[in-house]
Amino acid sequence: MDERDERHEQSGGHEQPGQSPDWKSGVVKALMGLGASVLLTLASFWAAGTQLVWGPGVPVLLAALAIGQMGVHLVFFLHVSSGPESTNTILALAFGVFVVALVVFGSLIIMANLDAGMGACAMHGSPCR
Amino acid sequence: MNAVAPADVREAGVPVSERGASPRKVIISYGFWLFLLSDIIVFSAFFAAYAVLAGRDAGGPRGAQLFDRAHVLAETGCLLFSSFACAMMSVATELRRRALMVLCAVATFALGAAFLALELGEFGAMLARGAVPQRSAFLSAFFALVGLHGLHVAAGLAWLVVMLAQVFSLGWRPMVLCRLACFGLFWHALDIVWIGVFTIVYLGAR
Repeated sequence: MDERDERHEQSGGHEQPGQSPDWKSGVVKALMGLGASVLLTLASFWAAGTQLVWGPGVPVLLAALAIGQMGVHLVFFLHVSSGPESTNTILALAFGVFVVALVVFGSLIIMANLDAGMGACAMHGSPCR
Repeated sequence: MNAVAPADVREAGVPVSERGASPRKVIISYGFWLFLLSDIIVFSAFFAAYAVLAGRDAGGPRGAQLFDRAHVLAETGCLLFSSFACAMMSVATELRRRALMVLCAVATFALGAAFLALELGEFGAMLARGAVPQRSAFLSAFFALVGLHGLHVAAGLAWLVVMLAQVFSLGWRPMVLCRLACFGLFWHALDIVWIGVFTIVYLGAR
């Protein structure tokens, strides 16, 4: 993440141990990511088994927790930020999310439609076209 | 944001088009990031297949009867702490502390191997109960999706061993550092895929 460090590497230089100024922020960031992930994971497992949440709301809660945890991983472990270094990364990520949503929800909608059509055919006893 | 501030200060006033190429590590990480996204799109096809077929148990065992949440929580914990150890490995690499880096790599490997062992144990118990992939569409989709993730973890473990060998034989060369950075991205991306797996497959089972 430290650009000066990277420029140094590019020129083939070898860093001496302990020179990098931001190792503490790296450790703090990883610890924050770990803490948030543990909390969100435990919340997910709790939400899946609890009676306190209205039944039909549980899948929505699970989805929200999962998306939140993916965000935590992206920011704290994969170091995706809003900085200028990450512009291309975020564009690629947005495209990836778009394709993933298209594949998953497209498949679900098409297969549900197909399933409904097949069910209607079987019910009437007529050959399906 | 803080980490890139020095570059911002130094390059203030220079248009983006005149700053020259990004550092090598940034370019390589970006290329690997594109690979990871395409890998996640492959996973999304398996997720779509699972989501469509999850209810098609053909009278066989259902998800809720097969899955043990405590077991899945243990697997999730292994993978999450492995990810954390991997982040610590990146910090140790940045500091060029080889002993610390090896320690973190061993922790990453051990937790990843523990995850894989738990998963294989779960698969073994399912197969012993007759829940084989050819039993129902649900089980086919389950073994395809979770098995694909397991294969990725196994490949990651093999990669980690290769990286350790390279750190010992080649030292902190720029190309070794880039490969280590790519391994970190790969390992964290696998954890992101696992979040989808445990939420959709295990917690969403009924």
